Amino acid sequence: MSEHIGLRGRVWFEALTGNNQPVSGDPGTVLASNSQIGDEIALFLCVVPNPSSRFPCVRDGQVGLEEAFTLAHHLRRVIAEDREKPRAQKRTVIAIVDVKSQAYGRREETAGIFFAAAASSDAYASARMAGHPVISLVAGQAFSGGFLTHGYQANRILSFDDSGIVIHAMHKEAAARITRRSVDELEELGHQIAPMSYDVHDYARLGLLYKLLHVDDPQNPTAADVEAIKHELIGAIQDARRGATDLSNRLQSDAAKQTRKAGIAVRAALEAQWQNA
Amino acid sequence: MNQTSTIPDFVSRKSFIEVDGRKRAQSLFDEGTWKELVGPFDRMESPWLPLQGVAPQFDDGCIVIKGKIGGMAAVAIALEGAFQGGSIGEVSGAKMAAALDLATKDSVAGKRTAAILLLETGGVRLQEANLGLAAVAEVISSVLALRPHAPVITLIAGTVGCFGGMSLAAGVSSYVVMTREARLGLNGPEVIEQESGIDEFDSSDRALIWAIHGGEQRVGMGLADALVEDDAEKIKATIREYVQADLLPEYRSQQVELYRDRITALDTSAQIDPISLRREWNNTTTGGLR
Repeated sequence: MSEHIGLRGRVWFEALTGNNQPVSGDPGTVLASNSQIGDEIALFLCVVPNPSSRFPCVRDGQVGLEEAFTLAHHLRRVIAEDREKPRAQKRTVIAIVDVKSQAYGRREETAGIFFAAAASSDAYASARMAGHPVISLVAGQAFSGGFLTHGYQANRILSFDDSGIVIHAMHKEAAARITRRSVDELEELGHQIAPMSYDVHDYARLGLLYKLLHVDDPQNPTAADVEAIKHELIGAIQDARRGATDLSNRLQSDAAKQTRKAGIAVRAALEAQWQNA
Repeated sequence: MNQTSTIPDFVSRKSFIEVDGRKRAQSLFDEGTWKELVGPFDRMESPWLPLQGVAPQFDDGCIVIKGKIGGMAAVAIALEGAFQGGSIGEVSGAKMAAALDLATKDSVAGKRTAAILLLETGGVRLQEANLGLAAVAEVISSVLALRPHAPVITLIAGTVGCFGGMSLAAGVSSYVVMTREARLGLNGPEVIEQESGIDEFDSSDRALIWAIHGGEQRVGMGLADALVEDDAEKIKATIREYVQADLLPEYRSQQVELYRDRITALDTSAQIDPISLRREWNNTTTGGLR
């Protein structure tokens, strides 16, 4: 596993917003900022590691109880503030994603981390369904429950395209153990079976991404890199404002029509049988 | 002499847990009103399992049944815990999301159609990894699209329980119904022990597992709404009540400030005692049946 989890998230949050400190009252693991992008103000959100968190199992950049409810808190506020505004004026939300996983802890399970994660997913999806453009920028890792809590409800997902990007349901060591393979076998299999792959180019073949973006050194972006990424984000915001507020776009790309054809077929079959039942 | 008086109730009752996902889903409906959609004879199976030497199943472990409950339109979507641990793959996930979307379409058009999710699942199917995770995100979105228009009821009867990504689908549901034999959580005990060590969670400690994840605790702390016995008639009656319930202006997963304050108030210097937590959180924040 990379020891740089969360660093890229922080770097890009700072590059895009000019801020790097948590909002007063928030835990040190969540960065939130209303900042300019193009000619509008957007809410930027990011989860970062905090080695001194009072919850031991989130200290390496995992998403836990405080993180989920803090994200939900900021999202709910934006939804409430813009409730009466027409869709064209609903504030954009930009999630910068670099999360290791959900927190694997007993405190978290006892206090219902499943529900905290649900509350955050709910807030992201509710923002999207209310007409806010919700954009995710995967700047590093996007694992499992961490990604479900922070970013996977976006209507447009963008990702950098380098080897530091991993989007997956489970990290390699655990997946290898559970599917009884070696890590090498798992990597080899990923190239044949796209949904198993740890390579973001294979992930792109699933048709879930809006765009892959290239930055030479994502950990140390230049001013020109930041401008280029802002330009891409603005394009995604405009596209999201024009599009549907559900997740149907994830089934409509050419890549999705190819790789997700079994899922698309089952949807069509169910719709056909539904009317007569 | 009345013979039956000496026979305890549990001898005559019909168990819900002892039957498979298909029979469970069927048993919730008014007699003669239900029909299974995209069933095994449609042979819509996972394209990914055979590539990895795993036998697929003609229904991909997901059963969709449409019919009437208490005279009202409803769809039940069951994950079969006996097939690949009830895991969510591309096909089973798409079935679930599509059924929810169709219920939303009918509900918006004026024909309110409730959804019941029977969740016995360990979460994402690792052989379909990223398509499973994507399906979970879509299911969550589809539950939230239906919830303002018709009740979405998660029923966790046991004994697999509801873990992984699908626990978020339970979390965003209008109502959650559990038995004492059911468990609900994001990470199962084995996963926590593997990731964080045996000091964090001893997965062989059965009492600890039930104290944290068990139905009695989840209902007791207010994260689930009704605790039911393993009795098919009682479960059917409870589900019917929720199917017929009025829609609420706000559901549990929208109560962010309440729960954020509760988390802020937790003492994290040691592990959290489940019984104390139940006492602290035990107020009626949602419209449960108890």
